[in-house]
Amino acid sequence: MIRAGAQALWSHWARHRLQLLVVIIGLALATGLWTGVQAINAEARGSYDRAASALGQTQLQQITRADGPLRLADFVALRRAGWLVSPVAQGGLRGSGLEVLGFDPFTAPQQATVPDLSGAGDLSAFLVPPGVVFVHPDTVDRLPEGLPPARVLDTIAPGRLVTDLTIAMQLLRSDTLSSIIVLENQPTRRTPLSDLDAGYTLSAPSEGSDIARLTDSFHLNLTAFGLLSFAVGLFIVHAAIGLAFEQRRVLFRTLRALGLPQRALVGLLAAEAFVLATVGGSLGVVLGYVVAAALLPGVAATLSGLYGASVSGSLSLSPIWWLTGFVMAYVGAAAAAGSSLWQLSRLPILAPAMPRAWARANASTARLQAFGGLGLLIAALVLGIAGDGLIAGFACLAALLLGAALLVPTALAIIIAGLSRFGTGVVTRWVWADTRQQIPALSLALMALLLALSANVGVSTMVGSFRGTFIGWLDQRLASDLYVTTRNSAEAAAFQEFVAGDVRAILPIISAEVSLGETPGEVFGIKDHAIYRDHWPLLEGASDVWDRVAAGTGVLVNEQLARRDDLWTGEILMLAPDWRMEIVGVYSDYGNPAGQAIIGYETFVARFPDISPVRFAISAEAPAALRDRIVMDFGLPLDNTINQEEVKAFSLEVFEQTFLVTRALNVLTLGVAGFALWASLTTVATMRLPQLAPVWALGLTRRHLAALEMGRALVLAVLTAVLAVPVGLGLAWVLLAIVNVEAFGWRLPMQVFPWDWAQLLLWALVGAALAAALPMRSIAKLPPSELLKVFAHAR
Amino acid sequence: MELLHATDVSKSFETGEGPLQVLRGVSLSLAAGTSLALTGESGSGKSTLLYLIGGLDVPDAGHIRIAGTDIAGLDDPGRAALRRGTVGVVFQQFNLIPSLDVAANLAFHARLSGRHDAGWTAHLAERLGLSALLSRYPEQLSGGQQQRVAIGRTLAAKPKLVLADEPTGNLDEATGDAVMDLLLELVSETGAGLLMVTHSMRLAARLDRQVGLRAGVIA
Repeated sequence: MIRAGAQALWSHWARHRLQLLVVIIGLALATGLWTGVQAINAEARGSYDRAASALGQTQLQQITRADGPLRLADFVALRRAGWLVSPVAQGGLRGSGLEVLGFDPFTAPQQATVPDLSGAGDLSAFLVPPGVVFVHPDTVDRLPEGLPPARVLDTIAPGRLVTDLTIAMQLLRSDTLSSIIVLENQPTRRTPLSDLDAGYTLSAPSEGSDIARLTDSFHLNLTAFGLLSFAVGLFIVHAAIGLAFEQRRVLFRTLRALGLPQRALVGLLAAEAFVLATVGGSLGVVLGYVVAAALLPGVAATLSGLYGASVSGSLSLSPIWWLTGFVMAYVGAAAAAGSSLWQLSRLPILAPAMPRAWARANASTARLQAFGGLGLLIAALVLGIAGDGLIAGFACLAALLLGAALLVPTALAIIIAGLSRFGTGVVTRWVWADTRQQIPALSLALMALLLALSANVGVSTMVGSFRGTFIGWLDQRLASDLYVTTRNSAEAAAFQEFVAGDVRAILPIISAEVSLGETPGEVFGIKDHAIYRDHWPLLEGASDVWDRVAAGTGVLVNEQLARRDDLWTGEILMLAPDWRMEIVGVYSDYGNPAGQAIIGYETFVARFPDISPVRFAISAEAPAALRDRIVMDFGLPLDNTINQEEVKAFSLEVFEQTFLVTRALNVLTLGVAGFALWASLTTVATMRLPQLAPVWALGLTRRHLAALEMGRALVLAVLTAVLAVPVGLGLAWVLLAIVNVEAFGWRLPMQVFPWDWAQLLLWALVGAALAAALPMRSIAKLPPSELLKVFAHAR
Repeated sequence: MELLHATDVSKSFETGEGPLQVLRGVSLSLAAGTSLALTGESGSGKSTLLYLIGGLDVPDAGHIRIAGTDIAGLDDPGRAALRRGTVGVVFQQFNLIPSLDVAANLAFHARLSGRHDAGWTAHLAERLGLSALLSRYPEQLSGGQQQRVAIGRTLAAKPKLVLADEPTGNLDEATGDAVMDLLLELVSETGAGLLMVTHSMRLAARLDRQVGLRAGVIA
C-alpha cells in the first residue's frame, strides 16, 4: 500500500521535472547562502579561539597588576614564592598588522598549543638569537623584513608570530609582560599573593578572545544576511511545494478514495519533503562551501582592516556548519510543506478536490497573513522606538521585513483594484481583474522579490550614507599634509629639527594604552593647534573645549566610548584609579572599534614621561617637496612618510572592503529572488489555460495574450519595487540608527539616493522581463488544440 | 447473502443559510452478485448516499453494514481499509492519476489493497480494449477510454461491492452504452454487487433493481 502510494506521489515529480528542479534549487539556494555564512563565521571563530587559547588562557587563571604593567621581575618573584606560572608577551608588530606572541618553553602550560621543540637542535635554535618565529602558512607572505627565520606550522593562528619570550619583547620594543598565566595543580606551600605584593590580582580565565567579542556584531550581521537569503529561498520552496500540493488535489482525493489512510498520505508527503530536503540540503552544503570559499578572502580582509582580526583565508570542512546547513534544509522544507500538510490533515476526504474548500482555507490564511504582517510592522515600530541592544535591532529588522513581505499580496490587490478604475476598455478591465486573481499564485515570489529589493535599497542607502559621511569625515580628520613615522626617539628628535624650517606645523602623534572606564583603550596627547581647533570632527563639545584640553582640565572621547559607557560632555572619565577628567567633547571616529580619548600634550607627557613621540602629522606649504627631502636628505624610508591622499585611499579601501561581503550577499539574494519569480511565472503559466482559453476563443491572438502576460509580470514587478523603497528606507534607518550604533559604536545621518532606486527599478523590470520571457514564449506558441481541451473538459 | 444493508441513514451539510438536510432516514439493501440503480434528480442525495456507503463520508445518523461490518463505527484508518479491500468506486470524473500511465493506473488499486494479480489485470485490459494503450497517460486518452481505465482499476482490486457514480455522465450515448455493457459484464463476472447512481432511467433499467430518491427520502 505504502509503496503504491509513494509511487503515485512520486510520479507527479517525474512528470513535472521543472517543478522538482525548482524545489531542489530553492532549497539548495536557501541552505547554500546560510551554510556559506555559517562556514565563514565558523572559520573566523575557529581562528579567534585558536588565537585566544594558544597558551591555555581560556582555561587558566592569570595574574595581573592593578597598579601598572607586569614585568619579568614579577614573574621571577612569583616563581621564587612557589607559584607555578608562565609569562606571556603579546602585542601588535608595528606597521605589519601582525601579532607577536612570546612564551617561555620551560614553563608553558600543558594545554598550550605551542610548537614542538623536542627535535634535535630545535630548542637552542628557538632560544638563541636570532631565534625562530612560527607562523601559519597564510602568514608567510605578510612577514616584514628583519624578523628571525620563520618556520611554518598549521596550528599557529593566522596573522600571528609565535616566538621565545625575550625575542617577542625585542620585537615589540617592550619590557613589559602582557600576562602571567597560573598553571593548574599549584604546590600547596606557596606564599599567598597578597603577601607578595598588594598589587597582584588573580583573575578568572578569559572566556573568549577580545577579538571574538569585538567581531560578534560583524558575524551577527553576516548571520542576519544568511537568514535573509534563507527566507528568500524559502519562499521559492514554499511556492513550489504549495503548487505541487495544489496540482495534486485530485490525486490526494483519489488516493484516499481508493483506501490510502489519511495518516499514510500525510506521512508519505512528509517523507517526500524529507527526501527533497536531503537532496536540496546536500546541494546547498556544496554551494555553501563554494560561496564561503569565494567570500572568505574578502571577509578576512574586512576583519583585518576593521578589527585587526586575523582569519585564515582558506576554508576547512567543519561539521558544525554543514550539519546546520542540513538542519536548515529540513526546517525550510518543514516550514514550506507544513501548512499544506496541516490543511490536508484537517480537510475531510472529499474536500481536497473541491477548489472552494482550498480557496476558503487559503482565504482565511491570506487574512491571517495580512493581520500578521500588520502586527509585525507594529512590533517593528515599537522595537525601533523602545528597543535596546543589537538583538532588539535585528528583531526590529526581521519584524519589518517579514511584516512588509506578508502584506505584499494585500497591498498589491488594493493598488491593482485602484488602478483598474482607470481602464475602460474591455481587455484592460479583464487584464486588471485577472492580474488581481493571479496575485495569490504569485504572492510568494513577489514577497521574495520585495525582501530582496528592500534589502538592496536598505543596504545601498546605508553604505551610501556611510560613504558620504566617511569621506567628509576623512577630509576633516586628515587635515595635515604628511604623516611621518620615525624609527626611534633619537631619530624623532633629529627629524623635528630637520623639518623645522619647512613646516607650518609639526604635531606629534603620541599615545598610550590605558583603561578607559572599564575596558582597555588608547589615550592620545595632542598639541594645541588650529589644525585641531578648526578641523577636528566634534559631535558635541563645551564652548571652551580646546582651551580646556590644552589646559589639562578636560578630555575628549570618541563616539564609541561615549555610546558604550554612556559618557557624554560634562561627565567624568576614569583613565586610571587615581586619574579622572571631565569630558569636554565627543568626536566621531569611524572605523575604530575601540574606545579612545584625547588629552593635552603637556598633560600626556607629565603622565607618561617614558613615552616620546615617534610619529608626526605635518602641515607644510610644499608637502611633496618636503617628502622628497625627508627621504633623500634625512634618509627615512619612503614607506615611513605617507601623504594625506595615501591615508585617505587606504581608509577608503578598508571602507570598501568592509561592505564587500554585504554587497556580495545582497547581489546573491537578488539573484535568488529573480529565480523565485521565474520559477513562479513558469509554473503558474502551466495553470493559466482555463483563464486564457476563453479570451483566446473570443478573439485575442496567442501573441496578444503572451504580450499581456508579459505586461502583467512587469507591472507586478514595478509595483513590488515601488513598495520596496519605503521598506528599504525603514531598513536603512534601523541599520543606521540601531544596528550600526550597537555593532560599531557610531551613528550616521541617513542620506537618500533616488538615482539608485531608479536603477533598481530598471533591474527589477529587466529581471521580471527575463523571468517572464520563457513562460510567455510558450503561451505565444501554444497549439490551439491545447486551448480547445479546456472546453472539451478533457484536461 | 446480504452484502449491503443501510438503515435510517441521515446526512446534512452546513451552508451559509444554515444546515441543509440531504438524506432523511434512507434504508436500502443489496445482495451479493446483484445490482441496484439509485436514481433521482440533481440534489436528491443519491451521490451523498453513495459516498457514505463507500466510506468517503460519515452519516449523521443510521447504520451502514457492508459484508457484515458496520462502517459507521469505523475510524479513518478503518474506513480507508474498507475502501481498499471491500468497495471500489468508479467516479463520473474518472479520477485517474494523471502522472501514471494506463498500466500503472489499472494496477494501482489492486496494489494498494495488496491483491495485485497481473494475469487478471491483463485480462481486464484486454476485455476493456486497453491493451494497446497501456503506455499512454490519461491526458492522451478520450473520455470513454479514461472511464474504461477507471472501471478496470476498480475491478482489478476484486472488490465485493462496486459503487459507480454516474459512470457514463461525461460520455456520449454510444460510448456510454459501450462502457455500461463492459461494466455490467465484468461486475457479473467477478460476482461483486453493484450500486450505481444515475439520473438516466434508461440505464437504470438495465440493473436488477431501481430505487428512486427524492429530497433525501426513498421515493
